[in-house]
Amino acid sequence: MQTTATAPLVQLTGVCKAFGPLRVLEDIDLDVARGEKVCLIGPSGSGKTTLLRCVNHLEQPTAGHVYVEGKLFGERQVNGRYLPLRDAELARMRSTIGMVFQTFNLFPHLTALQNVSIGPVKVLRQSRGEAEALGLELLAKVGLAEKRNVYPEQLSGGQRQRVAIARALAMRPRLMLFDEATSALDPELVGEVLNVMRQLAIEGMTMLIVTHEMGFAEEISDRVVFMDKGRIVEVNGPHELFRRPQHARTQSFLSAVLQKKPFQ
Amino acid sequence: MPTTLPQYVATWLPEMIAAAGNTLRMAVFAFVFAICLGLVLALARLSGRRILAGAALTYVEVIRGAPALALLFLIYFGLPSLGIVLPAFLAAVIGLGMNGGAYVSEIYRAGISAVDRGQREAAQTIGMTSGQTMRYIILPQAARIVLPPIGNYAIGLLKDTSVASLIGASELTLRARDLSSEYFMPMQIYLLSGAIYFVMAAPLSAGVRYLERRLRRGR
Repeated sequence: MQTTATAPLVQLTGVCKAFGPLRVLEDIDLDVARGEKVCLIGPSGSGKTTLLRCVNHLEQPTAGHVYVEGKLFGERQVNGRYLPLRDAELARMRSTIGMVFQTFNLFPHLTALQNVSIGPVKVLRQSRGEAEALGLELLAKVGLAEKRNVYPEQLSGGQRQRVAIARALAMRPRLMLFDEATSALDPELVGEVLNVMRQLAIEGMTMLIVTHEMGFAEEISDRVVFMDKGRIVEVNGPHELFRRPQHARTQSFLSAVLQKKPFQ
Repeated sequence: MPTTLPQYVATWLPEMIAAAGNTLRMAVFAFVFAICLGLVLALARLSGRRILAGAALTYVEVIRGAPALALLFLIYFGLPSLGIVLPAFLAAVIGLGMNGGAYVSEIYRAGISAVDRGQREAAQTIGMTSGQTMRYIILPQAARIVLPPIGNYAIGLLKDTSVASLIGASELTLRARDLSSEYFMPMQIYLLSGAIYFVMAAPLSAGVRYLERRLRRGR
């Protein structure tokens, strides 16, 4: 694989994942272009989250490979064989992909600002002053500059998730992965997190988003991927996929999900 | 020659307090030894390298299966046959520290395992290596979890130093034994030594309870 201007930012080829006998992903091929926003939707257990975690090798694919900017990700190729990377090399690669978790996973022993600046300080070896200036800028961007010295336990869920987004952005990622970023939030706190994600999308960030917020997916996506039973069933533009789903499985999923939300 | 109990106590007390100082010193040195050794053992067990983990597990199982006293005897009476002669105090520190390291490593291991898996993953996604993740993210959180049980271990250790009297290390219990064979008043003397242990342990107990309260509130 050569790096070219036209190469997709992320490319998954034949990715499979099994946990023992349980096959969670089956032969996934997916490209994400630079600046593209792709939402993954589907029923629970369809493999969306596992797919996302395979992109940055939090889960190692059982088969298939991930390429980022045309380069093999999380592995190296020696004489045609694929070998795992050394810890430090994998870490350096991971630092270029931001991830936001359903459960936030903020570091509870660090303040909001420390949460955001620890990556630049420890991983990128920036000076503390430099990293804190960037951290403050990012906290301001997510609307939480005044919470800089507050510990996560004193923040609401929505605030925690916004700090987590700022923490990921501090590494200047090429790609952001969102794993059900709003699923653990009280309904009234969902909007503030979606607003931050919307802002990122407008700024041109490449985003791969696992979500149950169908309205948001339709609004923000360039493409929507519908998954079921570990396979990609259907990929299409958001309006096509939501208004004219082609597959029977997509139709039944959407009618079941959207029925609960009569205003959509 | 003293005649009343207060007079006896006044005679014994300075000697026993000096010996208690040795007890305290021995406990502190053994404690530092144990918490360092315990950390090394715990990290080895969690390293994912089979040989390291196996060696650490073997150490822990062997040490936990043997009485501390046997270890002290081995070091103090056994090692000279290999040409290694240690003073009783040092032998006691090493023996108690080696013994404590096995227990402390299990406390650490439980504490490290209790840190949420998502913490490790979040650290990985911002590009931390395993070492950085452990140092900056996992250990600081595990430290809060293990503080109360480590405190309990320290209290236990303070009293376990009394086994060092059996290899003739100068400490409180040995002093009490010597005094009671000199004055033939074991009841009074051992009660007094018990009281001195209590006075040393009580602030530690209070400290552990304070920590437990504070950490619970922090959650």
